[in-house]
Amino acid sequence: MSVMRLVLAFLLLIPAAACAGELRGTGNLGLIVERATGSVLIVDTTARKPIGRVEGLGDLSHASAVFSPDQRYAYVFGRDGGLTKVDMLDAVIARRIVQAGNAIGGAISDDGALIAVSNYEPGGVRVFDARTLDPVASIPAVGADGKTSKTVGLVDLPGRRFAWALYDAGEIWVGDLRDVEAPAVTRLAGVGKLPYDGNVTTDGRHYLAGLFGEDGVVHVDTWRQPLKAERILNGYGRGEQPLPVYKMPHLEGWAAVGDRLLLPAVGRHELIAVDLRSFAEAGRVATHGQPVFAVARPDGRHVWVNFAHPHNDTIEIVETETLKVVHRLTPGPAVLHMEFTPRGNEVWVSVRDADRIDIYDAVSFAKKGEIVAQKPSGIFFTARATRIGQ
Amino acid sequence: MPRRSRLWPSIAVTSLVAMAPAVASETPSDAVRLANLVRQDCGSCHGLSLKGGLGKPLTPEHLRTWSREQLVSIILDGVPGTPMPPWRPLLSEPDARWIAERLQHGDLP
Repeated sequence: MSVMRLVLAFLLLIPAAACAGELRGTGNLGLIVERATGSVLIVDTTARKPIGRVEGLGDLSHASAVFSPDQRYAYVFGRDGGLTKVDMLDAVIARRIVQAGNAIGGAISDDGALIAVSNYEPGGVRVFDARTLDPVASIPAVGADGKTSKTVGLVDLPGRRFAWALYDAGEIWVGDLRDVEAPAVTRLAGVGKLPYDGNVTTDGRHYLAGLFGEDGVVHVDTWRQPLKAERILNGYGRGEQPLPVYKMPHLEGWAAVGDRLLLPAVGRHELIAVDLRSFAEAGRVATHGQPVFAVARPDGRHVWVNFAHPHNDTIEIVETETLKVVHRLTPGPAVLHMEFTPRGNEVWVSVRDADRIDIYDAVSFAKKGEIVAQKPSGIFFTARATRIGQ
Repeated sequence: MPRRSRLWPSIAVTSLVAMAPAVASETPSDAVRLANLVRQDCGSCHGLSLKGGLGKPLTPEHLRTWSREQLVSIILDGVPGTPMPPWRPLLSEPDARWIAERLQHGDLP
């Protein structure tokens, strides 16, 4: 390389270095989805301040994010099939593609190499190179009924695998992508009617899918071969007429606490506790409304619960030892999501219709601060990069 | 029934009638509330832009095959066996009719 080219290369580096400012880590950063404006706010969770806004992410009306292993990049999955790689340090879009017509969420493989996206239109799961966002695999979701299905509940599993559910077909698929050219997919058919979401326990072992069309939950123990789908919590509605569900519960961020898991019931104003050894019901908690998210404080002592319309101005805090509601907060109109700081000292709450993020002390429940955000929904902290199934 | 009363939801009807024509072009607060409900709460299944999600698209093209009455009845009583819930506990019949009309015309304020 000539001296001139070296000088030129050096000069080109300067603006980037100037933008980056001081060296800093990303372990205390977070991303907040601003659903109506197609933007995301990048926040410093220690300073409790926004440090940047990234625009141009498309329709974020149902958006979620996962993080690269180095916690520098967020991959944001938009409703319109957009997949955007956001640089958390420079607050810019590093890459962006529109990979489908209508998408619901995604996951990153355990090695950080693959991004999988779960699609409604055209259905199926598409897989991309995490570095370049180039397509590397497409797994159409044609169920045993021969029809294309929407896919939901996509999570990563250890061993470069992913699990997802077929909403229309009522199936659970587990894909092994060690050979990305030839994904090995195990299909469990006839698991139940309308699985609406799925998630895996924090150890990456047990995949559970909630059913909308039946009273029950499907369990797959991914350590057992051959894989088998087993029904748990059958008839948890006890034959009673279900209450209207004005927003689907989400299993993301669910409360797996010690030897128990707390799940939102569907069509009932309850959380159901499941014993993680027997997968039998271990108790119930009556709640203020239809639970949407039930998120465990990282130490597992409390679970914070928000609710569907028209009860979505409220949060209840459940003590997991006693399964009792110990506190109730009313942050404001349309509480959409809650995210704990990694060690669980604080919880951040999006209050959509107040255009605000509220920050609470997770022990005293006192409000510690607020951040202005435009119609905020999902809150995602970079520490998720270290967790299975997130 | 005067034409305008079909255009606006329940409470707004009376206030609009009482108002001078000069203010009739302003969006009544009830319409703002309902439009927000459609975008945000219907939108959690049907998409914020109403182009569909777990639920079907609510665009005029997609809704063309349904009659107004069918849509009003779906909004109020839901679709059994699907996640579409009955909104009757939360919405009046004029509210539902206003929503169905706005969606079919594609002119949600």
